[in-house]
Amino acid sequence: MDRQLVFELPNDLGCIEGAVEFVLLRCEFCEEVSRRLRFNFRVSLAEALANAMLYGNGGDPAKRVRVEVTVESSALQARITDQGSGFDPDRVPDPTAPEQLHRPCGRGIFLMRQLMDEVHYNDQGNAVTLVLRFQDTEALLREASA
Amino acid sequence: MAFQVSREGDVLVVDVDGQLIVGNRQELKTRVLEELEKGEQKFLVDFSSTGYIDSSGLGVLVSLSKKIREQGGELRLSSLNEDLRTLFELTKLDSLFRIHDSREEGLQGF
Repeated sequence: MDRQLVFELPNDLGCIEGAVEFVLLRCEFCEEVSRRLRFNFRVSLAEALANAMLYGNGGDPAKRVRVEVTVESSALQARITDQGSGFDPDRVPDPTAPEQLHRPCGRGIFLMRQLMDEVHYNDQGNAVTLVLRFQDTEALLREASA
Repeated sequence: MAFQVSREGDVLVVDVDGQLIVGNRQELKTRVLEELEKGEQKFLVDFSSTGYIDSSGLGVLVSLSKKIREQGGELRLSSLNEDLRTLFELTKLDSLFRIHDSREEGLQGF
């Protein structure tokens, strides 16, 4: 895969699955992290794109979402940037709290944080960076096979 | 069509083919609510052929379960693969639904 993959998407929810598949295909060489790549990263990238389109860009079809995927020797990073004014991710309630459990929304950021090694927002709150570390996966695989 | 609806006795079974995601969740919601309005009470959503559910898909199941319960009915889930089950466990939604290993198990005692 290229060291860096950069592209923009229209603000169209129908583009998400194709974009996620495109990124995963370009990461096929990462076979040693296949499950975490195909599940953890896939879910998190799709959630980040949906949040960017629905909430960040407010569903505005004139806006776009920028995707930057970087592969390093120790990690895979994806930065998703929308054209909205941003938000404070620390104010999003825990969806697993008893009073939140019956709500139909609010699980996307939680899932990203659970499934990725790191999740960072920029100060404005309109860009999220997802980090999947390779070395931890290899350690987990060694533990699993021990 | 991502959703196939069939009947097993008095249970309406919905098979989700492929994905239940932000792009098609409304289709499932509309379909199930139509059946609820017609008087159906017992729903089983089977994920044998499902590769992926996103948080919007989880949300629509939560929403449907609530509406069905309010009408005195029940929504059960079945045949989740390991990845899908992980999503329900992480979000603690496994405590909100009756999740069965197979369609047959889900239909038993409904």
